[in-house]
Amino acid sequence: MNVLEIRGLVKNFGKLAAIAGVNLNFQEGQFTSIIGPNGAGKTTLFNVVTGRLSPSSGTIHFNGKDITGLPPYQISRLKLNRIFQITNLFPELTVYENIKVSVLAKRRETSKIFTLSKNRSPADEETERILGIIGLMDKKDSLCGSLSHGDQRLVEVGVALSLDPILLLLDEPTGGMGPEETDRMVQFIRTLSEKQKVTILLVEHDMSVVFSVSERIVVMAQGAVIADGNPDEIRKNEKVREAYLGE
Amino acid sequence: MRYKYLWLIALIILLILTPLFLSSFLMVFLTEMLIMILFAISFNLLFGYTGLLSFGHAAFFSIGSYVTGLVLLHIYPSIPLAFVTGVVAAAIAAWIIGYFCVRLDEIYFAMLTLAFGMMVHTIIWKWDRLTGGADGLVDIPRPNLNLLLFEVDLSSINSYYYFTLVLVAIALFVLWIIVNSNFGLALRAVRENSERLQFVGINVRRYRLISFVISGFFCGLAGALFGPFLKSITPSIAFWTKSAEPVFMSLLGGTKIFLAPAVGSVIFMYLKEIISGYTELWMIYLGAILIGFVLFLPGGIIGFLNEKLRGRRLGRVGE
Amino acid sequence: MTFSTFFAFFLNGLTSAMTFFIIASGLTLIYGVLRILNLAHGSLFMLGAFFTFQLTHWFGNFWYALILAPFICAVAGILMERIFLRPVYGLPIPFQLLLTFGLMLLIADIVRIFWGVAFRTATEPKVLSGAMNIFGVSYPRYNIFVIVVGILVCIFIWILLTKTRFGKMIRAASSDREVANGLGINVPWLYTAVFGIGAYLAGLSGVLAAPLRSIMLEMDVHTIIEAFAIVVIGGLGSIPGALIGSLLLGQLNSFGTLYIPRFEMAFMYVFMAIILLIRPKGLLGEEVG
Repeated sequence: MNVLEIRGLVKNFGKLAAIAGVNLNFQEGQFTSIIGPNGAGKTTLFNVVTGRLSPSSGTIHFNGKDITGLPPYQISRLKLNRIFQITNLFPELTVYENIKVSVLAKRRETSKIFTLSKNRSPADEETERILGIIGLMDKKDSLCGSLSHGDQRLVEVGVALSLDPILLLLDEPTGGMGPEETDRMVQFIRTLSEKQKVTILLVEHDMSVVFSVSERIVVMAQGAVIADGNPDEIRKNEKVREAYLGE
Repeated sequence: MRYKYLWLIALIILLILTPLFLSSFLMVFLTEMLIMILFAISFNLLFGYTGLLSFGHAAFFSIGSYVTGLVLLHIYPSIPLAFVTGVVAAAIAAWIIGYFCVRLDEIYFAMLTLAFGMMVHTIIWKWDRLTGGADGLVDIPRPNLNLLLFEVDLSSINSYYYFTLVLVAIALFVLWIIVNSNFGLALRAVRENSERLQFVGINVRRYRLISFVISGFFCGLAGALFGPFLKSITPSIAFWTKSAEPVFMSLLGGTKIFLAPAVGSVIFMYLKEIISGYTELWMIYLGAILIGFVLFLPGGIIGFLNEKLRGRRLGRVGE
Repeated sequence: MTFSTFFAFFLNGLTSAMTFFIIASGLTLIYGVLRILNLAHGSLFMLGAFFTFQLTHWFGNFWYALILAPFICAVAGILMERIFLRPVYGLPIPFQLLLTFGLMLLIADIVRIFWGVAFRTATEPKVLSGAMNIFGVSYPRYNIFVIVVGILVCIFIWILLTKTRFGKMIRAASSDREVANGLGINVPWLYTAVFGIGAYLAGLSGVLAAPLRSIMLEMDVHTIIEAFAIVVIGGLGSIPGALIGSLLLGQLNSFGTLYIPRFEMAFMYVFMAIILLIRPKGLLGEEVG
């Protein structure tokens, strides 16, 4: 069964067609990278799928349910989640609180207006578990905004983990990272995909990462899909080379 | 670390004992101060915790005040009835006004709350058959508080002070629980990055609205206390300058710590009431102090102290 | 309703509109360039009115007030900007508001010290007293004078912003301070000059309004909120927007007393709310000029 079905998707900004008719299906547990030159429409695609933008026309189905035009918070609750391109967290909450609020949101416990947050609850246990996975237990009481860039990316991963996604969109997660951090990030993504069967959609510019981990690569240019296949097929594809070289 | 709450207990004891050693004039001043503290801290739920600057909160204060006064004057002189009606009216107003306002962000939110606040002011001022117009409500009664088993005489300054103290303390306690609950954590996340929070699955607009209504509810309570306290109220309590007061009290004291706006209220009121007794120039002093604060202490007094004591720098609101 | 009644109401609306426009244009100009919402703007208006009272009181001559008072306000504004506002440009809006609120209190107390709490009045100059005939309607000369001055100010601002080099610098600085700096524009000096102009306009509006109303201590807080509503409706930073907003409010105040008496004031705020909900940037967007 297709986890995500995109049909006839078009997104116009005035006269500019940022997405000019895209049809894509993604299967459960699949690891797909989306690549393409700047302006190809990759981020716009993510924005439309996650509800940040509404499409000009076309439909999006998630596990059979029509999510076209739904607001972001409803789509997130269906467990279609995303990791952002730039660090986009809660700077004056502690690392612990950043993760905990996501855990609470997932568990639908954020409306508990008379439950003192400092009383221990299952949400706390889960928060600590995730902190352990991302390795930031020792920094849990630091304000998120004061952490290094790399550590903030880890918190971002932690937030994503806490949401228990079925489908996870990652928008350039290794952006600005050195080789060690990139490896660590790649490991996490791999673990999510292999151990927890999360369907992954990855936008990346680092080709070594893309070609080494992806099962499937979708290439976009100028708002349309120009190639779609496994890494070998894409490597040999003429149109892909044109798109990149002609840039 | 039990001594963390020692100061609070000491403060409460002090507040209970004040009528023994303070003059009537100061007791009146202290009562008004408690009311303003409730106003400021309720406001700060929306401002410091949810990140929304409202410039129209006097609307809820004045609705709470006027409705309570009207019930006492024209319907039935019962404090519980009047207060409940007043507070519910303020909460309903907050629901209606908030419904529109939470659709906007930042400066537009502030401007819309200002517009609604001034609408309320105009209505109160001009609907003179109901509200007494520019003269306001006069001779608001202060009937005995009927608690079924016994009656409490509220007519004296000290007894109304205790009444206010109890209600404000309960209200602040409830607010404290809310702020420290899961919901409060979510509100702070709304403040930090409301867009991101959407992607965590939270309906940000609804949370903002709930925060708005809670804030309006407790501001309405402050207003309800105000009427029988002063015994007469005028439309000036709905004017934008009244809305500005909790904003500045919060900024002065600090917006990121629960009781900090109380400190700001004390400073503000002290300057307003006490200094004006000594000199005609209280506004100059207040103005100078406000200016000084902005230039030198942007985290408010408590923010400044917090930074010094714990070495943790909380950012400025709005950054 | 006869033509002459209608026309009289219309002219009343136009008169108010012009006094509104002069002060609102100053407020929006200051916001457009400095990005500061100056709560003390109404205080400068009030100063203009009180100076007018004082100068006509001492010299029996309204024209001295018309010439001098706005300049005094401009100087006050420049001092305000250099001493108090310079340090807070980068700060978030709540702090700017707190600061300008402090300035508002300061000026209000200074006015109270010098002039006390009594209402004051100023009379228009003899030359402009009495009525004149406009399209068959008998109407106060002074009001026509106010309307004419308003139109002149409008034209002057338009010329300043579009035809002079100074105007070009203003427009550059209002869209991007960094770019303006890069172009060699002395931005701090420009800011002071713009604030001075805005203060001048506020003072001028106060002078013109003085003979038309009672001069009193509450003028500052009432005027600032009206000017602010106009600026929001017209669009922050837009002078043509301020003009439209002023005309709207002026006619609303005038005809409103006829059709929606008592609550006509609320309609200004209703309109402000509608604009914010439908088109938050205001009727004419965010550019200066």
